[in-house]
Amino acid sequence: MADLTRADVAHLAGLARIDLSDAELDRMVGELGVILEAVATVQQAPIADVEPMSHPMPIVNVTRPDVVRPSLSPQDALAAAPETEQQRFSVPRILDEE
Amino acid sequence: MSTATEPVLGFDEALATYDPVMGLEVHVELGTATKMFCGCPTEFGAEPNTQTCPVCLGLPGALPVVNEKAVESAIRIGLALNCSIAPWCRFARKNYFYPDMPKNFQTSQYDEPIAFEGYLDVELDDGSTYRVEIERAHMEEDTGKSLHVGGSTGRIHGATHSLVDYNRAGIPLVEIVTKPMLGAGERAPEVAKAYVATLRDLLKALEVSDVKMEQGSMRCDVNLSLMPKGSAVLGTRTETKNVNSLRSVERAVRYEIGRHAAVLSGGGSITQETRHWHEDTGITTSGRPKSDADDYRYFPEPDLVPVAPAAETVEALRATLPEPPAERRRRLQTTWGYSDLEMRDVMNAGLVELVEETVAAGASPAAARKWWSGEIARRANTEGEDVPTYAERLGVTPAHVVELEGLVTAGRLNDSMARQAWEGVLDGEGTPTAVADARGLELVQDTGALEAAVDAVIAANPDVADKIRDGKVQAVGALIGQVMREMKGQADAGVARTIILERLGQA
Ligand SMILES: [Zn+2]
Repeated sequence: MADLTRADVAHLAGLARIDLSDAELDRMVGELGVILEAVATVQQAPIADVEPMSHPMPIVNVTRPDVVRPSLSPQDALAAAPETEQQRFSVPRILDEE
Repeated sequence: MSTATEPVLGFDEALATYDPVMGLEVHVELGTATKMFCGCPTEFGAEPNTQTCPVCLGLPGALPVVNEKAVESAIRIGLALNCSIAPWCRFARKNYFYPDMPKNFQTSQYDEPIAFEGYLDVELDDGSTYRVEIERAHMEEDTGKSLHVGGSTGRIHGATHSLVDYNRAGIPLVEIVTKPMLGAGERAPEVAKAYVATLRDLLKALEVSDVKMEQGSMRCDVNLSLMPKGSAVLGTRTETKNVNSLRSVERAVRYEIGRHAAVLSGGGSITQETRHWHEDTGITTSGRPKSDADDYRYFPEPDLVPVAPAAETVEALRATLPEPPAERRRRLQTTWGYSDLEMRDVMNAGLVELVEETVAAGASPAAARKWWSGEIARRANTEGEDVPTYAERLGVTPAHVVELEGLVTAGRLNDSMARQAWEGVLDGEGTPTAVADARGLELVQDTGALEAAVDAVIAANPDVADKIRDGKVQAVGALIGQVMREMKGQADAGVARTIILERLGQA
């Protein structure tokens, strides 16, 4: 696996909306690099003849009928929100995006 | 965000040098009773956060289960678009951090769409057909709605914070993606509009969505790039988001062609980005840089098992497909006896269903077309609505047209009175009969009064009367006009003509 670069970490931090200082970026390049290296061991597994699997059980088509079930009350729905306003979740503004 | 107007090259000039390439992505909200992965209802316009549960709020430990009807609808859409249906496919997580998705990912499909490789034939105004190749139709879920506060007019710029309503989060969507559409040339804007209109009619006929663009249940993103004439290399594209009316689709394509051409012919290069469409000014402005698929870090959704429709299931769903709109149109045109032009006008105005219902309710095809495409179309256009939406809002129905035509054929109203009665209906004064009663619209049935008026007019115009007696029947028009004036318009001009001719020995 190619080495993780500082630019990679900065890009990922942007996607995750995390502000990292220069010092944190430097530290993360090293720490994440170690983690990736450790995880990369799985790439040595002999999988040439193995079908990719996304679910441990060989089942398909688990569906439900299109029948309404009761929703939460708005009070319950909003109960865990740090801030609410006008029966809505209040979130910090998102910069420069729409 | 810059709102400065960017230079735009004239349309003809742009097309003299470049060939446009379009790609359209249409999101359709399915008309299911419940959401894609939970049993929350999907009513439009409910009070905020009254249609949520642990699944669609992304609370820890909640497990999604797929809505059976949503899968069936997606398969039927795929079949109607002549697609292959995947015998086995999965959902995927599309990861992004934005408050409109409480889970921090959208459950979508990535490289295994339920339907792929199809086409939709689109008829253009001149009667020719353009085949739009469909790349894929996949299932996903809608996002919540954000309200930006503290700034001006709900815009994000200057906002201090945002308020989110998750009622819409998790409503089933099908996204239909075309392959690059080449070779449309100067007709690109028309092709784009015709494609969306044809798709809308198809989805409506399938009864999988109410396809109300103005309510957001059908939304369109327009990808556009230009390549120099003769080149086979695709240019850099922009993606204009939320182009949500048929007219806007046409305008947005036209605008982006001109803007791209201005940049390219000035030696510049196009930035790959999303663009915002501004309905009011008819321009696009720069949005965020387009994310790569990599940035979304798609991976198979571990909480959902694969969807694997059996071949028999697919064939059973194929048997439920309605008559294809193009065939249906030809059949209706023949039944109704409309000319090509009349049929096209009815279609372009979105009146096919309304005319069909009106004819079924007992009106003649001619009357149905006449009343739905006249005054009401003018008023709907002023309001920026299509006729069916406008009529529904006003409570004007096919039964009103049937009743109006009945008043004319029964001889109570002439054409000009019927128009007045219709205006009254549109003004909210009640049924055609109620309007006619209230406004005193009634042809005088008393032939005594009409005969007296005819005699008076003949006496006052001896010269004209003599001409008619001598066989110049066409002079009767002048006398009919005067009789109608005498009768204050409340007479049947045809009857007046008959009486005049009788009196002057020309019957
Ligand atoms: Zn829910």
